[in-house]
Amino acid sequence: MSTGAGQGSRPRWLLLHAAAVFAFLYLPIAVLILYSFNRQGVGGFPPRHLTLDWYRLLFADAAIWDSVFNSLQVAFAAMAISLALGIPAGLALDRAQFPGKSLFRRLVLLPLILPGIITGLSLLMMFNLSGTRLGLLTIVLGHGTALISVATTEVFAGLQKLDRAQEEASLDLGASYWQTFWRITLPNLKLPIIGAALLIFTLSMDEIAVSFFLIGRDNTLPLEIWGRLRRGITPEINAISSIIFFFSLIAIVLWYRLRIRAQGSAELGTELLDISEADA
Amino acid sequence: MATLKDSLTAETANTQPAAGSPLLSIRNVAKSFGRNVVLRNISLDIAQGEFLTILGESGSGKTTLLRIIAGFENATSGEVWMGSEKLDQQPPYRRRVNTVFQHYALFPHLSVEQNVAYGLRVAGRPEKETAQRVAEALDKVKMTAHAKAKPSKISGGQQQRVALARALVNRPRLLLLDEPLSALDANLRRQMQVELKSLQREVGIAFVFVTHDQEEAMVMSDRIALLRSGELEQVATPREIYSRPATAYVAQFIGHTNLLKADVQAGRVRCGTLSWPTTLPDGSVQFSLRPEHIRLAGGPSAPGSVRIRAQVLHQAFHGATDLVRARTPDGIVLVVRTPGGVTVQDELDLEFSPADAIPVRASSERN
Amino acid sequence: MFSRAYKIIVTVPPVLWVAVFLLLPYLLMFCYSFWSVSPAQTIVHSWNIGNYKELLLKSVYWETLLRSMFIAARVTLFSLLLGYPLAYFLSFHAGPRKDLLYQLVIIPLWVSYLVRAYAWKTILGSDGVLNTLLQYAHLTNHPLDFLLYSPFAVVLTLTHIYTPFAFLPIYAALEHIPRNLVEASHDLGANPARTFWRVIFPLSIPGVVAGATFAFVLSLGDFLAPLLLGGPSGIMISNIVVSLFGAAYNWPLGAAISLGMLLIVVSLLFLSERLEKKWSFS
Repeated sequence: MSTGAGQGSRPRWLLLHAAAVFAFLYLPIAVLILYSFNRQGVGGFPPRHLTLDWYRLLFADAAIWDSVFNSLQVAFAAMAISLALGIPAGLALDRAQFPGKSLFRRLVLLPLILPGIITGLSLLMMFNLSGTRLGLLTIVLGHGTALISVATTEVFAGLQKLDRAQEEASLDLGASYWQTFWRITLPNLKLPIIGAALLIFTLSMDEIAVSFFLIGRDNTLPLEIWGRLRRGITPEINAISSIIFFFSLIAIVLWYRLRIRAQGSAELGTELLDISEADA
Repeated sequence: MATLKDSLTAETANTQPAAGSPLLSIRNVAKSFGRNVVLRNISLDIAQGEFLTILGESGSGKTTLLRIIAGFENATSGEVWMGSEKLDQQPPYRRRVNTVFQHYALFPHLSVEQNVAYGLRVAGRPEKETAQRVAEALDKVKMTAHAKAKPSKISGGQQQRVALARALVNRPRLLLLDEPLSALDANLRRQMQVELKSLQREVGIAFVFVTHDQEEAMVMSDRIALLRSGELEQVATPREIYSRPATAYVAQFIGHTNLLKADVQAGRVRCGTLSWPTTLPDGSVQFSLRPEHIRLAGGPSAPGSVRIRAQVLHQAFHGATDLVRARTPDGIVLVVRTPGGVTVQDELDLEFSPADAIPVRASSERN
Repeated sequence: MFSRAYKIIVTVPPVLWVAVFLLLPYLLMFCYSFWSVSPAQTIVHSWNIGNYKELLLKSVYWETLLRSMFIAARVTLFSLLLGYPLAYFLSFHAGPRKDLLYQLVIIPLWVSYLVRAYAWKTILGSDGVLNTLLQYAHLTNHPLDFLLYSPFAVVLTLTHIYTPFAFLPIYAALEHIPRNLVEASHDLGANPARTFWRVIFPLSIPGVVAGATFAFVLSLGDFLAPLLLGGPSGIMISNIVVSLFGAAYNWPLGAAISLGMLLIVVSLLFLSERLEKKWSFS
């Protein structure tokens, strides 16, 4: 990339604008975290009397822990389903031609961009008609289905980077399709798959829109928080929110690092473009 | 007493541009990227209307030098002058210089016509004038039929012509071409070399052409500036560079040659068992001897010529002549051009005249 | 190159699952929209178009839909205004910090929606951080109540949430623009501003269309932000659906509205795809 006079110096306003957008994106979260330490609770300015009381209260809160445990179960199960189906789906989109492929591709990607309410409600109606009782299982099925697209796009992108010649060489040297898959294809997909797993896990832990409609007796963490929000704001919610923020932060940074290692650049959005061009 | 080195450097190995003030003057330009020194102390004048080629291997700094002239890079030190104007601080869009990029850089969202018109539109030329100049430019590069096409629909060779038209239509004072032919296949390349050369003559603008292909440089240029590791080895006409290479590197880079290491003592050159008289002062020296100057000796030799016997190691067919490698009893391997009919293991009688052995400077040690 | 068995094994399970858990539910939703609710609060499987008549005739649905689209349009506009210059800055002027800054933009994207909506709630309330700050600084005397429980709050929160969504495809499109095109434009006499409008922006349009579509579609169907921050004047179409599946108990009507939303969204996606293809030049 050129460094010389040709690129022009960056305009001042552009830099200010960027800084302002970053502030807009992060200030609310910063405020939230700050107030989780505020003795006097959520409102008021300036915050005084910093304390860990709210965190102490949080850790003693049994209902919260139950919901965390539920969320973890759901997240792991959803991860398993999404990967088990998303990996073959990615392979299918890359390698197989079949009638309805175009429809399949669009359906798989749809939950990514569709408002959660439609995904949630359509599943609710199906569970209702089939007499399935709502509970953690239905939430798992909802998350698993909605997040297949995450696994699919990551795997698909990883396959694009994979040199087809490697697999051909393996077959040429006498390995069967299965051996080639386990020895060559899968190891090359290791990083995308781990990245996808991380992302699916995080998204499932945070998911609320679809879960809202599929909830039974047991709450997931976001739904538990939501329930309390309806009853009123307490700084305990700030505390749990701050903790959620930090875990998500770690997860996403990890995911990003993995992606860089796998692909050299981490632009999202391009796989959606790639997949939509991979027709016929 | 003059040293051998002095004698060699005294030879005017560099050719100055034709009389008249130079169009572009590069003075002591150096460029580093961080700790990486890419150009060291380059000084070069470019004359009005000349076809100058900057020739060098990859990593020699030739593209960087071009980009400094175009304005995409700033020199770390030194100056670039065009006439009486200092170019250094001027951004590319204010210089009267245009570039043909290596991968053409045609705007994909504009048609061929719109691409060519771009510079004129940006300059705010009246539409009528723009349309006429664009039509002329397209005609010159024979792309009139494709005026409305988008770049993705035309071939590489065609894109290259459009890139040329797009640059020339602005009537720059200097045209820069960054390895424009490297993506073309051999035949198309040869054809384009001829066309580019005649186009330059027709248009009369100075062209600065960057390439790593020495044959290309020889064919097209009025002068060649050979760049190695950021320094100019020699700047001269193709003939001059070929027949009087300044350094061992130049001799080897351009065409084939034999580099003979020898010692001079008391007026005689001694290279292994070979020997001939010379006026050079004492010392070690390298000689460049082109393969075509080594003949198959038949019958009595011309007076003063040096004779050797050598055994053929390898023979390669090169069309009009063969290129043969033969080893002398001293162990020196010579590259010789023969008319053909020579086979491996043949014993050859060879001869050359000392005048064809050109003394060259050893190239300095540089990365 | 791949055997038939291989292809079948990778294709059949996902296709089957997607058919059962994605396609089938939409079809069932379609069916539900033609059923009705009996006075005894049970769903009656008798086929009629009563729900659609209700939707077409009662103005409240149209008003809410229009208001939702208006909110979504504003969110889209602001997200683009915030996201595009940011993407341009990152792609062309960020230099060695590009990577780090990119991470900073996508982090909020994956941090819980709920956390972020809640943060705004605590900030915008009459006892919230912003109001007390303004009073503390003597800029106002009493709390501004349009800040919360209003369409303003919904637009603000949704813009906050969807700006990174809009940013991503724009950034991807800008990154795809070969840098030698920028140099060529400069070489031909165009300064950076003109280069932007003549070369960079036209080539980034597919990204803008994609980003706008994400922001619009996701905002349109949002129900959480209105519930938390919208108040009575900030009700959006999804909230009507939620109540129909909750207290107002009329699943078939809710299904009809959902189906309508699904159709709107799918049409927008189609339209957006066509526009992107039309404006892509690689």
